[in-house]
Amino acid sequence: MLKTFSLGGIHPAGNKLSASSAIQVLPIPEIVSIPISQHIGAPATPVVKKNDEVKVGQLIAKSSGFVSANIHSSVSGTVFKVDDIMDSSGFRRTAIIIKVDGDEWLETIDRSETLVTEISASKEEIIAKIAEAGIVGLGGATFPAHVKLSVPPGKTAEVLIINAVECEPYLTSDHRVMLEKGDEVLVGTQILMKALGVNKAIIGIENNKPDAIAHLTKLAVNYQGIEICPLKTQYPQGGEKQLISATIKREIPSGALPIEVGAVVQNVGSAFAVYEAVQKNKPLFERIATITGKSLKNPSNWRFRIGTPVKDLIDAAGGLPEDTGKIIGGGPMMGKALTTVEVPLTKGSSGLLLLPREEALRKESKPCIRCGKCVSACPMGLEPFLLMVLADKKEYERLENNAVMDCMECGSCSFTCPANRPLLDYIRMGKGKVGQIMRSRK
Amino acid sequence: MNSKVLVAPSPHVHGGDSIQKNMYGVVFAMLPALVFSFVYFGMGAIIVTLTAVASCYLFEFLISKYLLKKVPTLNDGSALITGILLAFNVPANLPIWIILIGALVAIGIGKMTFGGLGNNVFNPALVGRVFLLISFPVQMTSWPKPLGFNTAYLDAETGATPLAIIKEGLKKGEPLSQLMHDIPSNMDLFMGNMGGSMGEIAGVALLLGLLYMLFKKIISWHIPLTILGTVAIFSGILHMANPEAYAGPLFHILTGGLLLGAIFMATDYVTSPMSHKGMIIYGIGIGLLTVIIRVFGAYPEGVSFAILIMNAFVPLINVYVKPKRFGEKRK
Ligand code: SF4
Ligand code: SF4
Repeated sequence: MLKTFSLGGIHPAGNKLSASSAIQVLPIPEIVSIPISQHIGAPATPVVKKNDEVKVGQLIAKSSGFVSANIHSSVSGTVFKVDDIMDSSGFRRTAIIIKVDGDEWLETIDRSETLVTEISASKEEIIAKIAEAGIVGLGGATFPAHVKLSVPPGKTAEVLIINAVECEPYLTSDHRVMLEKGDEVLVGTQILMKALGVNKAIIGIENNKPDAIAHLTKLAVNYQGIEICPLKTQYPQGGEKQLISATIKREIPSGALPIEVGAVVQNVGSAFAVYEAVQKNKPLFERIATITGKSLKNPSNWRFRIGTPVKDLIDAAGGLPEDTGKIIGGGPMMGKALTTVEVPLTKGSSGLLLLPREEALRKESKPCIRCGKCVSACPMGLEPFLLMVLADKKEYERLENNAVMDCMECGSCSFTCPANRPLLDYIRMGKGKVGQIMRSRK
Repeated sequence: MNSKVLVAPSPHVHGGDSIQKNMYGVVFAMLPALVFSFVYFGMGAIIVTLTAVASCYLFEFLISKYLLKKVPTLNDGSALITGILLAFNVPANLPIWIILIGALVAIGIGKMTFGGLGNNVFNPALVGRVFLLISFPVQMTSWPKPLGFNTAYLDAETGATPLAIIKEGLKKGEPLSQLMHDIPSNMDLFMGNMGGSMGEIAGVALLLGLLYMLFKKIISWHIPLTILGTVAIFSGILHMANPEAYAGPLFHILTGGLLLGAIFMATDYVTSPMSHKGMIIYGIGIGLLTVIIRVFGAYPEGVSFAILIMNAFVPLINVYVKPKRFGEKRK
């Protein structure tokens, strides 16, 4: 029996349409808009101004606190302006807009393809390098990577877990990275192990990617302390708590972080970015994303420069299909619907899903038949039907007592409900309100 | 730019399950038992089924339209289930007028007084059955013999159920080993060759239905298996303590309405608990009560009462028995 997490879970159709499409390089656009807030935490502070000349890889906005991240230019050219633009959140936020001229990289970046396996940097140097390179969780969470690597006093890391689950349907960029950049991922993993001072790493991969499991298992014999762990395909295995439960059978207590059970989780894409940052001196200014959808001409995977408009990616894959009903940044379970294709791709853009109209339309919500399927599906052991009722009735105290704050917003409940009840919509609302109340209490 | 793109929060896709799929899935799972009842009881079974289903639909329609003044929702399949289950729970020679009363009580009192599907506390079909059992004890306990397909309806030849034979016999002081000679073989019991309500006799058909519902994930194993397991263990202990006074586990499982109750009645979504822990507590309760009523109570059969009693506890169970939370602080 393959390993998986302990509670709940669902089995949405995989729809990995782009799994066999090799990573291609998206042409550099004429203009890029690089938001200063692409991560969880404080927005970075711009260090360039209008008309400044910049090179590829040059710092353009500085991390403004411990939980924040540096931002680098993804192109060479001239800063056109620093202004508010609509970003993928649907809000207007500050971005640095650069007119592209050529493709001139900072000399410090090693652009060769040669694999560098020797890790010469010390623990402290590695963490500093990762912070300097602006690496964030590339699975979509965008939590600054260096913060997770700085183990708080009193806690010890025992094991590094690499999240290569890619449990969101449709998305395949992590899958392609493993197949095409396997060695780089493994070196990146060893760098992260060194940063944490652990001698064990587990790479969790769902068994719907047998080729990636086989490939990395074969390569891993050359790397000490790295174990490839095949997992039974089940959503939401990519959630940190679920992945830790699946790989090392430990349960993070409610409200605590992975380090509580001795684990640190990093995404497989981040491991690749760490390799590039530490071994090649290359900051995070490009990444790999999937563009996909059932009506799309050419579902595929692309390496793009951060700040490229979403529209360019869609065009590269054959253009926006006629029947598009929803444009989703990320996967169908936890992604965010975009209002326009003019927004820029960012560090958190793991994929873009174009959902046909009839699939995007929600069905009419019916009264709850008390079937309990939402309860069985919830990976956190909550009672979604009850949380929805309580949120609707504004019973915030009971919501808090029923552990609403444990909800990871995975959407398994809404996905499952035979009465098509918009459970997560209400729960999210209730969570927001309870969060406010809890903060005001402090 | 396409201005018609939708913007709504995640999740953006749905699994495709629906109330109808589940309800008609249950109906499909009941078909084997229905076919067996037609084969064993012939015309009577067909008349009883049609009457029960038609009257459940009718009463649901009339009550929601004229009393509750709501748009009747008949296509969710729940009235069909109640109708078939009501038919399953009565003898195949029950007069039409009694069935009508049963349907009126099931839908009117069991379901609609609570506000319709999703709000009722008690399983509607069981409310109907118990009402009839108390009001018309003679008609409700004169079981036609399963003679193979025949055209007799009201004038069918009748006989007692195995549970009644044992109960009466033990009361008269006869030893169990003696009484067992009057009981059909286990194989006959399993195949449904015994007296009883229309849908409860054929264990094999009911088990087929269970497998189908588990396979289709319409229900989980927790309720039916806990009930059957509890009955088996409890009756097994009694049997071991005194084999001459208490029948064994297999007898208890194969006779009466236990399989029908455990598989189709106790698993009713609306009237059973929502969490797996709650389901197990509920199942143990039903199992224990069933054996207690059968062995020590006044009635030979106790499944219906056991389920209704546990139905009453479901709201309480739902409030106090929470699912196992992820990362809960362990004591
Ligand atoms: S969204 Fe929240 S309540 Fe719904 S299944 Fe996921 S964790 Fe449970
Ligand atoms: S899955 Fe939907 S219908 Fe079933 S209990 Fe949950 S909310 Fe109610």
